[in-house]
Amino acid sequence: MTENLYQPILMRVADVRDEAPEVRTFRLQFADDADRARFFEKYRVGMFGLYGVPGAGESVFCVASPPTRQEYIECTFRRTGRVTSALADREVGQPITFRGPYGNSFPIESWRGKNILFVAGGIALPPLRSVIWNLLDRRAEFRDITILYGARTVADLVYKQELADWGARSDVRLVTTVDPGGETPDWKGQIGFVPTVLDQVAPSSAEAVALVCGPPIMIKFSLPVLTKLGFTPDHTYTTLENRMKCGLGHCGRCNVGSTYVCRDGPVFTLDQLRRMQTTDM
Amino acid sequence: MKVIEANKLPGLAAALAGAGYRVVAPIRDGGEVRMVVWSPGAAIDTRAIPVNSAKDFLFPKAEIIGRCTLDGNDFRPEDVKPVAPKTVILAARPCDASAMLLLDAVFNWDYKDEFFNARRAATTIVSLVCTTADEQCFCTSVGGAPDATAGADGVLRQADGGRSFILEPLTEKGKAVAAAAGAALAEGQAKADAPVEVPVHFDAKAVTEWLGENFESPLWREVSLACLSCGACAYACPTCHCFDLQDEATRAESVRLRNWDTCGLALFTAHAGGHNPRPDQAARWRQRVMHKFSYLVERLGRLGCTGCGRCARLCPAGMAICETCREIDEARKAAVK
Repeated sequence: MTENLYQPILMRVADVRDEAPEVRTFRLQFADDADRARFFEKYRVGMFGLYGVPGAGESVFCVASPPTRQEYIECTFRRTGRVTSALADREVGQPITFRGPYGNSFPIESWRGKNILFVAGGIALPPLRSVIWNLLDRRAEFRDITILYGARTVADLVYKQELADWGARSDVRLVTTVDPGGETPDWKGQIGFVPTVLDQVAPSSAEAVALVCGPPIMIKFSLPVLTKLGFTPDHTYTTLENRMKCGLGHCGRCNVGSTYVCRDGPVFTLDQLRRMQTTDM
Repeated sequence: MKVIEANKLPGLAAALAGAGYRVVAPIRDGGEVRMVVWSPGAAIDTRAIPVNSAKDFLFPKAEIIGRCTLDGNDFRPEDVKPVAPKTVILAARPCDASAMLLLDAVFNWDYKDEFFNARRAATTIVSLVCTTADEQCFCTSVGGAPDATAGADGVLRQADGGRSFILEPLTEKGKAVAAAAGAALAEGQAKADAPVEVPVHFDAKAVTEWLGENFESPLWREVSLACLSCGACAYACPTCHCFDLQDEATRAESVRLRNWDTCGLALFTAHAGGHNPRPDQAARWRQRVMHKFSYLVERLGRLGCTGCGRCARLCPAGMAICETCREIDEARKAAVK
């Protein structure tokens, strides 16, 4: 007899960090070391998990930490509904349930020796943060790393400490921006929408791949800029985040046309996205 | 051949129940015939098409797939095993039996679902050759037939003008049921009645082809206008398999339930942040038709419709997927001309 696919493992909240209003990061430790070993055998950046509280249910978030750090995993989420509220109420030392990792991953091994551009907006930095740290932990294998990150307001920027760390590194080019009106008097970054700033920063597309994650409106207006800069659709990546329940390709709700986001994704190239029936997104 | 008089079907059910089977059969209760667990005294009715499908006994409406013992803020996940009693489904319609093959594919195309598989392994399906049909039946339009045996372990054929039935085992499971029936089945001769004729209403291959090119068609809005978004079509459907996971808890224990769900409901794809990728009933009805006649064909090589017609019989707004497919087929023919 096969195992129960829905049987979660136990994780303990090891650290809680508030990132932005209602946005929280958990560092989670595996209660059982055998579970930890099983997880990291499969885990690659881009994959997601189902995080749960018994009695409330499960929610899908990406794993926001890289496989180069095998003592824990991290996830970042916004308190929005029943499950995310129950999760946000968990304190250090308390358990949560976890299933995963599920889904496909970013093909980072094929990016060795290349320049990497990250374009992220708002709460969509977490799915790219795992990739960023994965590349930084193996820094010598990749060439220029450029990160463009924007949010509505300064308060809405997540991972503020890490942004400061990345900004201080000489081997990372970090550009942060906030929407006009979202700046504070002491804001040192750019002011402007992500697509506009991307146009100004104009990173080279030579020997490069681009990863874009953000609200649909940001992606919509960033793609033409990337095209103008010379990034081809097969070298431009994003992640889709449809509502899911099982993560196993059975429950039937995350599909975009015939594509199951949970099994075929969540990572897609722009090329793949264009071939999908996109009004389902 | 194994033969049983028509009025002795309850005797067959009793013999199988005596042999340890949970016996599911079409039972008349008041004005309705439903597939339910047989109990002594229940009236088996093979003439009417049951309101519900045999799917209910392999993929139940609600099922516990997780359990935790709670202790304040702490908890412990417990093992949950599938509930899979040895079952025989007697006189399942061929459209229900063939639906099992689609469910097999869905629950095993990638990850293997032990809850479904355990019940599937414990279940024997004895289908009934249809000698009755109604105007909603369209199995012959989707590759089925009133006397098809796909997905069945055995088949019951009405014989001698309805006076008796022939039971013909098709698989080892079917032979085990015939053996367990013992004296309820007699060795004898009977002449099988002709299956009912079901007219072909549309060309399913043509529908699949049209769907591939018409994601953005005005048809979706037109055909979905009547839809009340009640979900009855999906709940009666032998192949619909979409589900929700929901937790329920007391202070001492929580359970995680797998409940039927359907793409016809607005909340099905609604994101927590407010965005809904299928924002209106046209998008949802399109998903229903596309899933059955295009996506499943592409992904699993099977139609997600067996032509049972239950969705149309139950729809309070008079909608019918057969009608939609016929319109599509006609639209395609008109376009070719």
